[in-house]
Amino acid sequence: MKTHYGIYGGQYVAETLMPVLQEVETAYESARRDPAFVRELAELLTDYVGRESPLYFARNLTRYCGGARIFLKREDLNHTGAHKVNNTIGQALLARRMGKRRLIAETGAGMHGVATATVAALFGMECEVFMGALDVKRQAPNVERMQVLGAKVTAVDAGSATLKDAMNEAIRDWTATADHTFYVIGTVAGPYPYPRIVRDFQSVIGCETRRQCLEKTGKLPDEVIACVGGGSNAMGMFAGFLDDASVKLTGVEAGGEGLETGRHAASINGGRVGVLHGSKCYLLQDRDGQILETHSVSAGLDYPGVGPEHCLLADTKRARYTTVNDEEAIRAFELLSRLEGIIPALESSHAVAQVLRTAGTYSPDAVIVVNLSGRGDKDMDSVRRYRETHPGEAATNQSETQE
Amino acid sequence: MDRIAGIFERCRKEERPALTVFATCGCPSPEESVELMEEIIARGADILEIGVPFSDPMADGAVIQQASDLALRQGMTLEKVLETAGRLRAHHPETGLILFSYFNVLLQYGLERLTSRLAELDVDGVLVVDLPFEERDELLPHCRAHGLHLINLVSPATPPERMRRIVADATGFVYYVMVCGVTGTRDELPPELADNLNRLRTVSPVPVAAGFGIASGEAARMVGRYADGVIVGSAAMRPAISGRSFPEIRKEVGALVASLR
Repeated sequence: MKTHYGIYGGQYVAETLMPVLQEVETAYESARRDPAFVRELAELLTDYVGRESPLYFARNLTRYCGGARIFLKREDLNHTGAHKVNNTIGQALLARRMGKRRLIAETGAGMHGVATATVAALFGMECEVFMGALDVKRQAPNVERMQVLGAKVTAVDAGSATLKDAMNEAIRDWTATADHTFYVIGTVAGPYPYPRIVRDFQSVIGCETRRQCLEKTGKLPDEVIACVGGGSNAMGMFAGFLDDASVKLTGVEAGGEGLETGRHAASINGGRVGVLHGSKCYLLQDRDGQILETHSVSAGLDYPGVGPEHCLLADTKRARYTTVNDEEAIRAFELLSRLEGIIPALESSHAVAQVLRTAGTYSPDAVIVVNLSGRGDKDMDSVRRYRETHPGEAATNQSETQE
Repeated sequence: MDRIAGIFERCRKEERPALTVFATCGCPSPEESVELMEEIIARGADILEIGVPFSDPMADGAVIQQASDLALRQGMTLEKVLETAGRLRAHHPETGLILFSYFNVLLQYGLERLTSRLAELDVDGVLVVDLPFEERDELLPHCRAHGLHLINLVSPATPPERMRRIVADATGFVYYVMVCGVTGTRDELPPELADNLNRLRTVSPVPVAAGFGIASGEAARMVGRYADGVIVGSAAMRPAISGRSFPEIRKEVGALVASLR
């Protein structure tokens, strides 16, 4: 079935939303074939977002690791500070084309919420962002940004008060308002056609990276690495390389306090197949099929499910999925900041941590690309709070030794 | 004649809509919930929808979310819901019993295991709120094999052609969701209700019951003019999450159900 990825994906939603999803799919199919739509999207990505984003050779990090040449795909340099805007611009254009006047979104770290509020302002649309009450607290600067941009931020107290609960609330809102509202989903999860739409809009990351890597190094990367919560930045990166069998694709899930503790957000590594938010995927759930609360120092990875295409890539072993726990991610955050003068988002820090593990196992002619999906300004409080409760010196010592 | 068809036939002769009442199993507590469902049946429900609590009920409003939470916090599981259904069936051979759930809980239990168990317990059917027509082939063969109804839903957003496809091979009854939105009580009935129900009843091979938003006997009678049955959920569960004493809850729910007849 075209709405599925192997056994994954699908449209597990209430009947009321089925005609709505079909309307979105029809509109998307027509939009992506319309040269005017494609042109407007490309122009906005260039002039408004600031694409293309650089593929930066991280010399200091490469020297530190002593192995493969490490390149960073600088999605953190996009307008609004993350890859999320690639997708929200596309979906907002689609919404406008469908005659919708209101955008809603769920958000975890707040980056997707900010990116949605941004395009709503640009297109003069009403905007409401649902955000778990816990995330509202730990990502306060992003809440203020959304409000400055004119969006209404609704804190969701239900359940674990994080991303999944925000998504429940957005779906509830949409069920009642779809006649005038477009739901801008921020990741490659959710019911079809969203996994496809989001992947397509994010595939600009992988397509640019492939070309830039050939230009800069004369070869394809040996490995690309991206963090995976719902999986949109990873899917966008992987999309550029799926047909290049020589390129290893590595997704990094949030190991939280460690897989063995059960306090993590690693759906592929620690979950079972189930259905949530309209899609069948690897899911963190208890024996009875109740969804578990997830744990990660990074709000953007704090989601119990994962995009269906990632599930299929994991099963077919085209991509492999590892985990990085909170401590390792924080150390990578600190290390990249010191070594390269680039403060990565905590989400992206998981991907950085993975390259720290593996770069040394490659020879110096190898190339690894890390998708630096977002910048870390939003995470100052989270990192400070983490360090207050988990004093650690490892990263500082290591970097000082190196210098 | 199967039990559900018999119920609608009897109600038609009595010139009243069949009354279906939803209750979240395990709310306000696992034991009291059985008593509450007994009361709902005693006060006149023809069909009971036994709600399986789920952690993420994305098609439900605040009342049923809270009822679900309350049940889960007290250790409610699908296995215990099935035991409850068995107890109710033993006491009420004539009442229609429909299991009402989100798909993931059923999927984890095992669809073949579930449907064979439901048949054994003499439950009449299953309604899965997030399993639309496009995905139902995952469950439908199991239901058919065990003689269970898989209750289909139609909403005001459902286009006519889609409506025809959904109800073409419907058994039991068709659930008409009266408003686009989540469950919850509403003050007014939608203006297009009569037209939509008439259209649906013309094409449906089985009776049509309407729900979402019905909170009073008056509303139930209005809807009953156009539908073969009425379904009440949130209004019946609101007292159960109020935190009041159980005798008060039972009295209030009982009175509501009686007023709906």
